Amino acid sequence: MRANSLRTGPDERGRFGLYGGRFVPETLMPCILELEAAYEEAKRDPAFQAELDGWLSDYVGRPSPLYFAERLTAELGGAKIYLKRDELNHTGAHKINNCIGQILLARRMGKKRVIAETGAGQHGVATATVCARFGLQCVIYMGERDIERQQPNVFRMRLLGAEVRPVSSGSRTLKDAMNEALRDWVTNVETTFYLIGSVAGPHPYPAMVRDFQSVIGRETRAQMLAKEGRLPDVLVAAVGGGSNAMGLFHPFLDDPGVRLIAVEAAGEGLDTGLHAAAMSRGRPGILHGSRSYLLQDEDGQVIEPHSISAGLDYPGIGPEHAWLKDIGRLEVTTATDREALEAFELLARLEGILPALEPAHALAATVKLAPALPKDALVVVNLCGRGDKDVYTVARHRGVRL
Amino acid sequence: MTTRIERRFAELRRDGRAGLVTFLVSGDPDIPTFERLLEGLPAAGADLVEVGMPFSDPMADGPVIQAANARALGAGITLARTLEIVRRFRDHDRTTPLVLMGYYNPIWAYGRLRFLDDAVDAGVDGLIVVDLPPEEDEELCLPALERGLDFIRLATPTTDDARLPKVLQNVRGFLYYVSLTGITGVKDAVAEAVAPRLARIRRHTALPIAVGFGVKTPEQAAAIARIADAVVVGSTLVAEVAAHLDEDGRPRRGLVAAVHAKVAALARAVREARP
Repeated sequence: MRANSLRTGPDERGRFGLYGGRFVPETLMPCILELEAAYEEAKRDPAFQAELDGWLSDYVGRPSPLYFAERLTAELGGAKIYLKRDELNHTGAHKINNCIGQILLARRMGKKRVIAETGAGQHGVATATVCARFGLQCVIYMGERDIERQQPNVFRMRLLGAEVRPVSSGSRTLKDAMNEALRDWVTNVETTFYLIGSVAGPHPYPAMVRDFQSVIGRETRAQMLAKEGRLPDVLVAAVGGGSNAMGLFHPFLDDPGVRLIAVEAAGEGLDTGLHAAAMSRGRPGILHGSRSYLLQDEDGQVIEPHSISAGLDYPGIGPEHAWLKDIGRLEVTTATDREALEAFELLARLEGILPALEPAHALAATVKLAPALPKDALVVVNLCGRGDKDVYTVARHRGVRL
Repeated sequence: MTTRIERRFAELRRDGRAGLVTFLVSGDPDIPTFERLLEGLPAAGADLVEVGMPFSDPMADGPVIQAANARALGAGITLARTLEIVRRFRDHDRTTPLVLMGYYNPIWAYGRLRFLDDAVDAGVDGLIVVDLPPEEDEELCLPALERGLDFIRLATPTTDDARLPKVLQNVRGFLYYVSLTGITGVKDAVAEAVAPRLARIRRHTALPIAVGFGVKTPEQAAAIARIADAVVVGSTLVAEVAAHLDEDGRPRRGLVAAVHAKVAALARAVREARP
């Protein structure tokens, strides 16, 4: 690793500059330290890496293709647009990359019970999937509001043998599911592995989830070099907690010629107050074990976020994103609910792909960005999930009853 | 210079009894009612008072205290208003130690050093911040100690011998032993399980130890009072507040007296626990 690399974080306290850290109750501290030690050991163990690679290829279906979206490119009339097809993974999203990694770690640590939070249900499904495969008990916390809008995924989790526990506190979405998962963990810490789905939470989660998701960026790098003989110019990814984006971006942090664009959910508009744009409109704060940008009021109370996409409906953002934004390496933009819906339909009609509403935000930003770029510019959009789970939501917005 | 907390524990030791620490959430169910609750606690038998600083996402709390946090925020409580309440309490009570307990983000949003200065000025004696483990001492613990504010740490059943010295470093005032792995107000504290843990901790520190989480009845309080320096009771008092609200969440007559009666019953049990 180069001395002046941006890829060496976090420091030994789990900090990325001001951000990150371990802001958790004492009950969890020994467990978090144990997890950190186990992860550091696994990371250095070639057998662990080899096993992980095997599962990624034979079970997840990696590498995912880097697909040239020819008709989308022609429609927008600017840069060449590639889609990183992580929606083709087993379970239909990037979440499984991290779940495979953490379940191998849970097994290594001798844990028998796994808990997770989920927003869109993609992380819940991926967690339930690996728990089924490895024979571990699985409890998924999901906000009642998300349960309503992601019924197909709730049913999938139950089919996979997971217990889905509805969360009725607060805004009844992802942040509240995470609160409830943390309460479970505090209560059952000695038997339970908390499989966090994003690059959020206390150290070592942001770094560990990033490492497991970085397979996206490593593949993209090799695939683009093979197809175009050079690195891409722009990477675009949606951010809720930020795991798909960090997975794509991290292997490119030290390539200053590659622009990194994180797309936050602007909900009904940044000025309506109904959005989930933590970096665009939040201030640094502490929630769920780390310091990062956070939507909060003057008194430090967390503001309930809003997005049509359950996976982006989170008031915070991973701490490494916050740091990269502050040092100017990360560009942050937003897309509204309406723009995401339009991008969803555009991709369906032009490329025959139904994207999840989360990457539809990244596509919406690309629709605005690509026409202004030269025709030889290379843009990669992380298509981190498929849209089957969202057809009910999209139908409702089109006034169609299914 | 001894602090109010140190003086109170010295008195308790002299009297040969454990103390009762009461926890209520600031601004619950509304600001005027809470002030009347707080004012009457010492007379009802509270030896130390803990005041919860409401937060939108209290991740270590069970449903009872979560609901109290929501009620208080709905009633317009802020950290600044909590400090004003403490200041008014101090106008007429110079001896009862008062500890603020809560989560870090509202303090961070207030401005952590400005908060510490204002807390000292208002007459706060100590702080318990649930999501600041010793690994994060530079954030608030060390500057609090510099200002003469006690920083009270939680030790838990997962805090083993190897970790205890880390948890005990920079603690002042007393140590708060969490009787169980879990959130507030759900499970029950079992004195038989707690006793050996306290004995182990006492080998590492001479600090007074308060035990809380899961202490609900006078019988449980008495059992803990036989082995600890103080007993913390929270959720059961907060539940008493909730039990005296009408359908619209407004306090019914008798709320304040009922909570104080509950405190008095617990205080009696704690005072009579040791022969």
